[in-house]
Order: sequence, then structure tokens, then C-alpha cells
Amino acid sequence: MTGYGGGAGALAGLRARWRRLTVGRWLVTGIPWLWLVIFFCLPFLFILKISLSEPALAQPPYLNWIRETADGLVSIVVNFGNYGLLWDDSLYVSALFGSLQVAAISTLLCLLIGYPMAYAIARAPTHLRMPLLMLVILPFWTSFLIRIYAWMGILNTNGILNNFLLWLGVIEQPLEIMHTSLAVYIGVTYAYLPFMILPLYATLSRLDPVLLEAAADLGARPAKQFLTITWPQSVPGVIAGAMLVFIPVMGEFVIPDLLGGPDSLMLGKLMWTEFFNNRDWPVASALAAVLLVVLIIPFLLLRHYESRAEANGEEAA
Amino acid sequence: MNNVVANAEQEPLVRIRNLSKVFGSTYAVDNISLDIEEKGFFSLLGSSGCGKTTLLRMLAGFETPTEGRIFIDGKDVTDLPPYERQVNMMFQSYALFPHMTVADNIAYGLKQERMARPGRDERVREMLSLVQIEKLGHRKPHQLSGGQRQRVALARALAKLPKILLLDEPLGALDRKLREQTQFELVNLQERLGITFIVVTHDQEEAMTMSSRIALMREGRIEQVDSPQRMYEFPQSRYAANFIGNVNLFDGVVTSQSGDQVLVDSEEAGGQLCVRHSQPMTVGMPITVAVRPEKIRMVQAGDDLPNQMQGVIREIAYLGDESIYHVELASGKRVKYTQPNVQALAELPLTWGQTIALGWHADRCGLLAQ
Amino acid sequence: MSAIKQHRRAGFPWLWTALAFGYVFLYAPILSLIVYSFNESRLVTVWAGFSTRWYGELMQNEQLLSAAWLSIKVAAVAATIAVVLGTLAAMTLVRFRRQWGARSMGIMVAAPLVMPEIILGLSLLLLFMSMADLIGWPASRGQGTIIMAHVTFCMAYVTVVVQSRLAYMDASLEEAAMDLGARPLKVFFTITLPVIAPSLVAGWLLAFTLSMDDLVVASFVSGPGATTLPMVVYSSVRLGVSPQINALATIIIAVVVVAVSVAGYLMYRQDKQRTNMQ
Ligand SMILES: Nc1ncnc2c1ncn2[C@@H]1O[C@H](COP(=O)(O)OP(=O)(O)OP(=O)(O)O)[C@@H](O)[C@H]1O
Ligand SMILES: [Mg+2]
Repeated sequence: MTGYGGGAGALAGLRARWRRLTVGRWLVTGIPWLWLVIFFCLPFLFILKISLSEPALAQPPYLNWIRETADGLVSIVVNFGNYGLLWDDSLYVSALFGSLQVAAISTLLCLLIGYPMAYAIARAPTHLRMPLLMLVILPFWTSFLIRIYAWMGILNTNGILNNFLLWLGVIEQPLEIMHTSLAVYIGVTYAYLPFMILPLYATLSRLDPVLLEAAADLGARPAKQFLTITWPQSVPGVIAGAMLVFIPVMGEFVIPDLLGGPDSLMLGKLMWTEFFNNRDWPVASALAAVLLVVLIIPFLLLRHYESRAEANGEEAA
Repeated sequence: MNNVVANAEQEPLVRIRNLSKVFGSTYAVDNISLDIEEKGFFSLLGSSGCGKTTLLRMLAGFETPTEGRIFIDGKDVTDLPPYERQVNMMFQSYALFPHMTVADNIAYGLKQERMARPGRDERVREMLSLVQIEKLGHRKPHQLSGGQRQRVALARALAKLPKILLLDEPLGALDRKLREQTQFELVNLQERLGITFIVVTHDQEEAMTMSSRIALMREGRIEQVDSPQRMYEFPQSRYAANFIGNVNLFDGVVTSQSGDQVLVDSEEAGGQLCVRHSQPMTVGMPITVAVRPEKIRMVQAGDDLPNQMQGVIREIAYLGDESIYHVELASGKRVKYTQPNVQALAELPLTWGQTIALGWHADRCGLLAQ
Repeated sequence: MSAIKQHRRAGFPWLWTALAFGYVFLYAPILSLIVYSFNESRLVTVWAGFSTRWYGELMQNEQLLSAAWLSIKVAAVAATIAVVLGTLAAMTLVRFRRQWGARSMGIMVAAPLVMPEIILGLSLLLLFMSMADLIGWPASRGQGTIIMAHVTFCMAYVTVVVQSRLAYMDASLEEAAMDLGARPLKVFFTITLPVIAPSLVAGWLLAFTLSMDDLVVASFVSGPGATTLPMVVYSSVRLGVSPQINALATIIIAVVVVAVSVAGYLMYRQDKQRTNMQ
């Protein structure tokens, strides 16, 4: 009895839902959804598949899982060797740690430079806020590649910075900054600073200045006001900004390639080398898969804090 | 010698001297001098934009005065930052810290003065029960109703047991019922704790109910400082008389003074008015006679009221407990006269168009400079 | 306002210094590019006098010019498709929040914003190759595959831009139109679209810029004969500092500054009109 009743109810519910889903809605949701599934999600399966294949000197340079053997039998060969290789060869492990290190340190640098900037903009007179913010975003509209290239001219052994310092007499010998990790840190911090400032500004500008007055009134000095009121309330912005920097930097290729040297080993650059120079697609795919897994946690963190910041905003509004 | 002792005894809790605050080119506060006694309920009353909030914020230390000094307990605090003043404020918007629980909000000020844990917890509990929200200590501000938030804000400002509590329109966000109830609670709290309350309000009824003293402000200046009763009975200016309660004003000229009786000739009133007034007046001086609507009564046979006039009822405003009658005199001047509705509705004796005689005693009205 | 005063007293000189330092950090490299694009010498080291020589050479550089033309075409087409798809996605995320697919769409839109380009490029290449294997399409890689790849990450940015505008838009406008008898499609074109139009323009420009700027994804998915501007710039820059690239950078910066100023002015005017109307 209950089973029957339940079935009928479910059917009625389904019909009602069906009626509500007009063709228009189907198209509005369906078209972009399908595009993203095909061009964004599906490809990950191919990464997984290729990362489990054997490399070969062929075009494309890997072997299919499903092969016909000489005696006409079909065999499926799944090769975990690429992941084993990543684990065994210290090159890959140190590239992973190199990426983590660069991402972590540059995220910290972005925070150290970006927080005071975002704070100052959020506390600036109202009519100045938008122009100041535009000035932060503006470089982002010019070419990324060219902005990194600008640093090559500055940091070179005979570049602008060294010439300037030599001229000042601060140094006797040109500094070796180009092709070191320091250059990579500078480049990454420079390129990703706006991504840190924007979410920070969003949370800091929402902070009611009256709360700071209330804290001062209750006896908190400015430093204490910052630590107990401003900072705790800006944490969602800090985390969102940190993830917006950290995640893409983990896979960064252009900056370590142009500014870095032999000591700045990073996953993105290694993947590029494996793919274009060594033509080892399976290993490149395995690297991509590892990177994806590493990035899932920061991505979930980002989603969580972004939705929280949104909810806060709606509450405040 | 004697003088010094007398001064020390009279030193008020708050002494404000020649205080001004200029924003751009507007004087938000304009050369105010004011004394506030200890343990009172002091109200700053005035219409919107007259500088009440600015004055309060200067007392709290959020605004630096353009000119003048502020003394609290005889000590010059003008240049002290807010976190070094023994003054706490309850904000109009409450300004509760959204990321802290109610208990943490209340404990915040105590933590700043490094009060030890057991004493702090005890104080928080006391404060919660003082404002009757014992059970809400673990909640976050957004889980509270407006009235509850107001109580938390009050408890937080009281927790440090400051010398002075500043309240900026503390009841502004509450509905009428809750506001009336809270008015009495605030007065009770003030009496129980012995803390000096300085309250900003633009609601004259609220100021009358709660205060021991009222400072009436107008365009950055103080119009009058008095007890509620004196403020009502003896307003010192047309503005003060009009701001608090209803008043009828008759412009005229002083014609004679004998003893404490002043005679005023007023065209508006249609004749001579007689006012009891002891200060000497110059004959021929333009003056205004002020009389409250409830001091006027209908003239009965055999009454010998010195001030009498006849008029026609033009409008009646029925307020439930009483009615306000607008009576038009022969001069065209309208007089407001209130009468409690003692009779049943159907038996109310007065109607539109009826001609009535009104009058009042010489000691029920006052004189205001024009 | 008065709270700001308080802060100015507490720590503002310090904060303003930090802000100024930040802007110097952001703009010094760009300024150096512009200055040295007018340098006579080939070397960045020495200032050998003012010259527009590199601009002239840039205009002769056939390879670079054809790559630039290809990039512009790709970016225009990709941005247009991305705006269409991104707007649909934003409609889903804001208006049909409870519909199937809305949740997964939220994740699929957020991920490309932070996804390292190198993974995006590699995965799309593998997809295109496998598809060619299985269904014979796309038969060759080049302009078409670059456009598809660019649409994929650009639409995510467009969605974010349009979404925030849609969320601010008063839904009762649409309801009022339906109440007056307009069918949903009509409502969309007569009410919703005009209101969110500025965000569509902003989204298109953003998508165009991102596409013009992309090196990594294009390197993976392009084929022989399809070389975009960033690919040419990259191979030239790898060899070291080149004054022609400085000249190119200066032109790009000039275009961006002009575009932003015009957009800013238009927005300012529109804002003023709106406030005047009220
Ligand atoms: N930060 C400021 N900058 C400029 N002008 C201000 C500032 N604060 C107050 N004013 C001006 O000073 C005057 C007094 O303001 P204040 O807030 O003290 O009024 P108020 O009596 O509290 O009024 P309300 O009852 O409306 O709260 C007003 O004219 C106001 O516009
Ligand atoms: Mg006020």
C-alpha cells in the first residue's frame, strides 16, 4: 500500500516539476551547463586517462589502454608507472614543494602589501575610493606577459634597478636578482596583488567604523581595536584573497620561466617542459592530476569563505 | 579661603567651557558652557541637527573640539583619547560587535582593563541580569530582537561602571510601548547604580519623563537649562515655550506694573492681560504673554478671572483622554484650549461654531521677551 | 566621517605611505616600459636619446602584426560567445537558483577563475585530440580550438560580472512586466537586458582582454599556422629585452588607458543622469 501511494506521490511530484521546467528554462540553464561539462569537466577525465597510459614515440605520444595484441586478443593495460615515477624522482617532489613554497611566500607578501592598501582605500573619503580601487585594477587590464617582461628589464644584471643603485653608490657590484627565487617572488607578488586587494577591500569597506569607536570607548587602544575588531571581521576576505593568489600561483608557468632560474623549480614549469620539450604527455598529465588534487582543499576553502562573505553582505544590506 | 572650599564643594562632575565644534563652515556646537552635576539624569534636548550628537561625541572623545575645554571631575580631558576617559557610551545604532557573543560583547571593556577572569564573569552575569537578559549570553547579536540588542548595548556600556554613561537616542529604534517601559527602567537603573546619565533625545516627552535636568539646544547653542518642571512652567524664550508642550502666545506692550502685577496691552488678545511677575519691567516695552492650553478654563458665572476673552470654536481635536479646542478670537487669533474628556462622548458640551468665554489667573501665565 | 577623523589621528600617515608605496610598486614597471620604448639604444642600460625608431620597426614586423590580427579576431569572437553563455549562466545562478544544475553550475563557474592555466590548456588539448579521434571533430587545431578554449574560461569571468549586476537588479521589475502581461522572453529582452547591459559590456571587455592576453592555454590548443600575439611576444621575450616589445607594450597601455577613461566617463555621465532623474 505505502509503496504504491509513495510511487503515485513521486509521480505527481515529477509531473508538477516537469510542468514547471519550461523549455526556456531548460535552454537557459542547459546551454552553458553543457558547455562547461564538455569543455571543463570532461577534459579532467582525459587527464586521468592519459596519466595512466604508457608513453610512446608516436603521434600522439602515448599508447591506448585498449590494445590488440599480436595474437588478436584485446588487452587493457593501465599503467600506474607515471605516478610511481613522480614519487620516486626527487625532481617532481621538489617541484611540488617549490610550488608550495613560492605560492605560500608570495601569498604572504601579497597580504602584507595588500592589507594596508585595502584598509587605506576602505578608509579613504568616499569620493576617492572608486578611483583608488580603479588604480589597483588598471594594471590588470594591460597584458600580464608584458608586465612580467617589464620586470626583466628592471631586475637584469645590467637592468634599471642595478644601474640606479650603482649610480646612487649603494652597491659596488650589480645584484644578482634575475633568475633567482627572489625575482619569482617579486614577479608573483606584483602580478597577483590585485587579487588580494579586491576581496580584502570588499570585507573592510563593509566594516562599520562605529564599531571601532565603540571599542575605543570601552578602552581599546588603536592596536587593540585592530586586533579584536577589524582583523577578526576581515578574516573571510583574507582567506578568499589568499586562495585567489595561492591556487593559480601553484600552477604558474610564465613567471618562473621568465624571471626564475635553475633553483626556482615549480610544477607549472615542469609540466610545460615535460609536455613541450620531452613530449612525455603521460607524465605531464600525472603532474596535472597531482596538482589538481593538491588544489582541491584550498578551492573548497575559497568557496566556503566566498559564500560566507556573500551571506554577510546580504545581511548587512 | 572660604571661597576655595566653596568652589571645591561645588565642582560639578562635568564642566564644559566655551566649547565649539566647526565642520567646514557650520558651527555644529557654538560656544557652549554647561555644568552637569553628579548622579543625575541629564538630557540634551533639541530638534534635528542642533548639535546634540556632536556635543555628546566630544564628551566621549570621538570629536576634537575646535575651541573650549571639557573637565570631568575637575580634570581637563579635552585632549584625552576615548580609551582613556572614564566615560562610556551607548550608541544609537548599538554598535554591537557582530563576531562576538553577547557575553563577550559585555566583557570587552573589562578585558581592556585586564580584569581577572572570575571577577569578569561575575560582572557579566550581573550585567545580564541587570538588563534582564540572563539567558542570552551565548547568542550572537544577529540572533537578537531589536529590544534585546538595545539591552546588550546598555549592559556593555555599563559593565565598566563608568562615572558617566552617554546615551545617544537610546530608545530611538524601539516601538512606542517598549519605549515607555524602557524609559522607566533606565531611570530605575540610574538611581540604583548612581551613575550620571547624559542622554540625547529629540523627544520632549521622553526628556520630561526621564530627566532630572534638561538642556534645551538650538542651532549649536544652549537655550535653557532647567528641571523638567521649571522648563515647562517657566520657559525663558518663545523657542523654549514652543518646543516643550503647547503654548498660546500673545504679543503686546507693557502698560503698567504695580507690585507683582504687570498689565500688558495686547491687540491679539483684544484687551488688557494681567500677569503676575516680580521682576521690574519698563513701561512701553514690547513683550509676549505665554499661557499653556491646560491653564485656560471656561469662564463660569461669578468668576473673577483677570484675563477673559470670547471666541468661536473652529476646530476640535479629539485625543481620547482630552480634546484640544481651537478657539478664534475677534482679532482673528486662534487660542488652543484643552479640556479633559470627563463626560461620555455623546454628552461633550462643546461643538463647532459655538461661542465660549475663556479665562485664566494672573499666576498661570508668564512673560517672554520678544 | 568622524570615524575617519579618529583614524587619521591614530595611523593615517602610516597607512597613506603604505598605499603610495603600493601604487609605486604597481606602476613603476609599467612606466619603465613606456620610458624605454622611446630610447634610441637597443640596450635598456643606456639612455641614448629620444627616438620613435622602435615603433617604426614594430610596424614593419609582419609576423607580429599578423599574430596581433589573429589575436584580435579570436578575442572578439570568444568574448562574444562568452558573453552569451555567461549571461545565461548568470541568469541560472541568480534567477533559477533552485533549478537542477544551478549548484553544479556554481562550482563549474568558480573553478576556472582560479584553475591554473596550464591544467586548463593541457586538459583541453587532450579533449580536442580525443574528440578528433572519436568523432572526427575538430579535425585540426588552430583558430577554432583556441576560440573554444578561451570561451570556456572567459565565460566564467563574464558570469561573475553579470551575476553581481543581476543580483542587485530589483527582481520586482521583471515581475511587474510579467504582471502587465509580457511573456518571459519578452521580459528578458525589454526589461532585464537593458538593465544589465553595462555589465555585458564590462564582461565583454574583460573577456576580450583575457583572451588577448592568454599565452598558456593557446600554446597548448593551437596548431600549426595559428600563432597568437602572446605567443610571438613570449618567444621574443625569452631571448631577452627587446625595444620593439616595449613599443608594443606602450601601445597596449595607451589603448587600455583610453578605453578605461572613455568607459569611466560614460559611466560617470550615466550615473549623473540617473541621479538627476531622481
Ligand atoms: N562629521 C561631520 N561633518 C560635517 N558636518 C557634520 C558632521 N557631524 C555633524 N555635522 C553637522 O553638524 C550639525 C549638528 O549635527 P548633530 O549630529 O550633532 O545633530 P543632532 O542634534 O544629533 O541631530 P539629530 O537629532 O538629527 O541626530 C548638523 O548640521 C550636521 O550636518
Ligand atoms: Mg544625533
